[in-house]
Amino acid sequence: MTTVETRLQSLADLEDLRRQLLAARDPAVRRVRVCIGTGCTAKGSLRVLERFQQAAVELGRESVAVEAKCTGCHGFCERGPIVVVDPGNVFYHSVNEEDVPEIWRESVIGGRTVEHLLYRDEKTDKPATTADEIPFYHAQQRIVLAYNGVIDPTRIEEYVAAGGYAALAKALGSMEPAAVVEEIAASGLRGRGGGGFLTGRKWRSARNAPGQPKYVIANGDEGDPGAFMDRSLMEGAPHSVIEGMTIGAYAVGSSQGYIYVRNEYPLAVKHLTIAIEQARELGLLGENILGSGFSFDVRINRGAGAFVCGESTALMASLEGHVGEPRAKYIHTVESGLNGKPSLLNNVETWANVPQIILKGAAWFASLGTEKSKGTKVFSLVGKVKNTGLVEVPMGMTLRQIIYDIGGGIPDDKAFKAVQTGGPSGGCIPAEYLDEPVDFDRLTELGSMMGSGGMIVMDEDTCMVNVANYFLRFLKEESCGKCTPCREGIAQMVEILGRITKGEGRPGDIESLETLGELLEDTALCALGKTAAYPVLSTVRRFRDEYMAHIQQKRCPAKECKGLFRYEIDAEACTGCVLCAKRCPVDAIRGERKKPHVIDQEICTNCGTCFEVCPFSAVIKV
Amino acid sequence: MVETEAGTVAQIIERYGGDAGMLIPMMQDVQAEYGYLPQAELKELSGRLRVPLAQIYSVATFYASFRLMPKGDHTIQLCLGTVCFLKGADKISEAIRREFELVPGGTSPDRKFTYSPVNCVGACALAPVMVVDGEYHGGLTVDSAVELLHRIAAGDATPDAEAKAAKPKKAARGSKKK
Repeated sequence: MTTVETRLQSLADLEDLRRQLLAARDPAVRRVRVCIGTGCTAKGSLRVLERFQQAAVELGRESVAVEAKCTGCHGFCERGPIVVVDPGNVFYHSVNEEDVPEIWRESVIGGRTVEHLLYRDEKTDKPATTADEIPFYHAQQRIVLAYNGVIDPTRIEEYVAAGGYAALAKALGSMEPAAVVEEIAASGLRGRGGGGFLTGRKWRSARNAPGQPKYVIANGDEGDPGAFMDRSLMEGAPHSVIEGMTIGAYAVGSSQGYIYVRNEYPLAVKHLTIAIEQARELGLLGENILGSGFSFDVRINRGAGAFVCGESTALMASLEGHVGEPRAKYIHTVESGLNGKPSLLNNVETWANVPQIILKGAAWFASLGTEKSKGTKVFSLVGKVKNTGLVEVPMGMTLRQIIYDIGGGIPDDKAFKAVQTGGPSGGCIPAEYLDEPVDFDRLTELGSMMGSGGMIVMDEDTCMVNVANYFLRFLKEESCGKCTPCREGIAQMVEILGRITKGEGRPGDIESLETLGELLEDTALCALGKTAAYPVLSTVRRFRDEYMAHIQQKRCPAKECKGLFRYEIDAEACTGCVLCAKRCPVDAIRGERKKPHVIDQEICTNCGTCFEVCPFSAVIKV
Repeated sequence: MVETEAGTVAQIIERYGGDAGMLIPMMQDVQAEYGYLPQAELKELSGRLRVPLAQIYSVATFYASFRLMPKGDHTIQLCLGTVCFLKGADKISEAIRREFELVPGGTSPDRKFTYSPVNCVGACALAPVMVVDGEYHGGLTVDSAVELLHRIAAGDATPDAEAKAAKPKKAARGSKKK
């Protein structure tokens, strides 16, 4: 319940609260921060947090004050669960429940570091005490992710103490709505959700659009497989999204906002729900915010599992309670969107950038990044890369810096083959472009796109035809079926790709794929269909020889497509343990115990069981 | 079949102030209540909201998260995102579908499992990953996934043992020397 005491009545009240919170903070208090992002939670971080909290409660009666709290995703998901101990900002990774007593005794109470839980440099074996000393973090610049891993996302006090809602206060207190729009325009911020449209221009259109009510919407329907930037933001810093939306609503004259969150993100929904309630209680949402006369509230809608709802018009149809079918956009949604009213939709990460720009100024933001792509971008760096995780870097950093310096390169000494950016509609960028800077325009020139920030690394074992087939199958499933080119065209391409990966490709198939791809680009209704062929077109362009090998020689060079390579047993490595022969479902493996075995190629069905079970890596693909 | 309870739909509609635009959240709440969308409840929703049943049916079949059939004892969400795919999720999918006679969105004949492949759960560091009854299981292989499900079916789900098993990452084995 909102009480008069807690509700902030003015800008000064907010500053007072911040001062109180900071003054009440005891520098002697030791803090343990446990990451509860989805990645760490899946590795057991909630139990780690519980153990620390128990220990803190037990100790509470004694002299040392300790606070154990949860934080949003630190980004280094590969090494989760992550625990940070203050003072000292000591960074522990891969922490188990059993490690808790040791960290507690040595680090929290004793002030010593627990060496064996520190990150060690792969080459030098030098331990890193703080996150900054770890190469994964060193090259990053965290602006949007600044709160992640630092504050407890379920407590608004922590966000306020860290400077949260100061941007809203600045906008409400000293800027006209039009000036807010111009500040965003001057910053050069472009939409982080995929298109890279200039945010300021969109805001200007929404502000000038006639009609009331107006809506602001945060698109958190992060559907690209392999992408979790928005999820981590909503989980780890929900207030920065809400603050950004509130500023946007003030700028364009809206009083109702919606956050559309993907169905598969229960933790994000939970944290956003808590955040909205707390913001209402403090009077940072609702009627007459901070006594400014401006009123605004936000509602959360959960998606129901449809990729196409990430498209703005489909998302709005879904918000209205309909199936998520896009419409043609000759009338922009800023003029006629949700319920036929002017609607300003931005991606979650775009909204999270807004408070920073208002607080630090457009010039500061425009000083980061490249000429036409300003600021930083959060990427989810995943796939065949050593350090899977979430990274935030200034625009213009090269692919090599991201994949090798931050990502640590490819595991198992494999060769880099390509990086896929832009989600299912993006493209694959091969090794010769590793030194290209990453920004909106350069990625498009390379036949891919920025998209929402998924970055999937592929190594020599990845078959590019199979990858293209994967994405097209995905899009075939997710096509809403409204327009014919998308519904039928993608299905036709899947048919052809499926044939090629089975070794039944025919001359002319590649040309058919190219024709269908161009047709889709020219005629499909929405971006899903228009860009659906990109994974195929970009791999045909860069890896044509792989397609040719499948079609002409019935051979898969990456040895991934079943039936287009053989399994053999390396006689030197085989110890004759007979495990493979026992497990072979068709009895194709012969040989005496303790002597090298042989696979009878006539009988073998290429199921791969022997390859999986051999403890000596003696089964090889040829 | 799950028994439907009178008054449930009316309560859910009330929760959203009777706004027919909130049809999807209402259907999500009905599903949260019963584990699926019972026909009788959808008919009641249609009548009370004055939304054609055909529209409700189209929404129920358009979105992947809605089910028109009752759920099994356990829900399997196998991630088929790009990273999981690159690390062999399709083979796991094949194996568990064969082993437990499952189809996407369907329930096994013994009513033990409901199988919902999902596009991505956003936990790529754990790939290939499967969420069973809300519990994440990472670093799976074909064998470990099937084994895990057998253990869960037998009522012996020990997430602790699983979390540990997933931790020491098995050296990835791709194709070796050509």
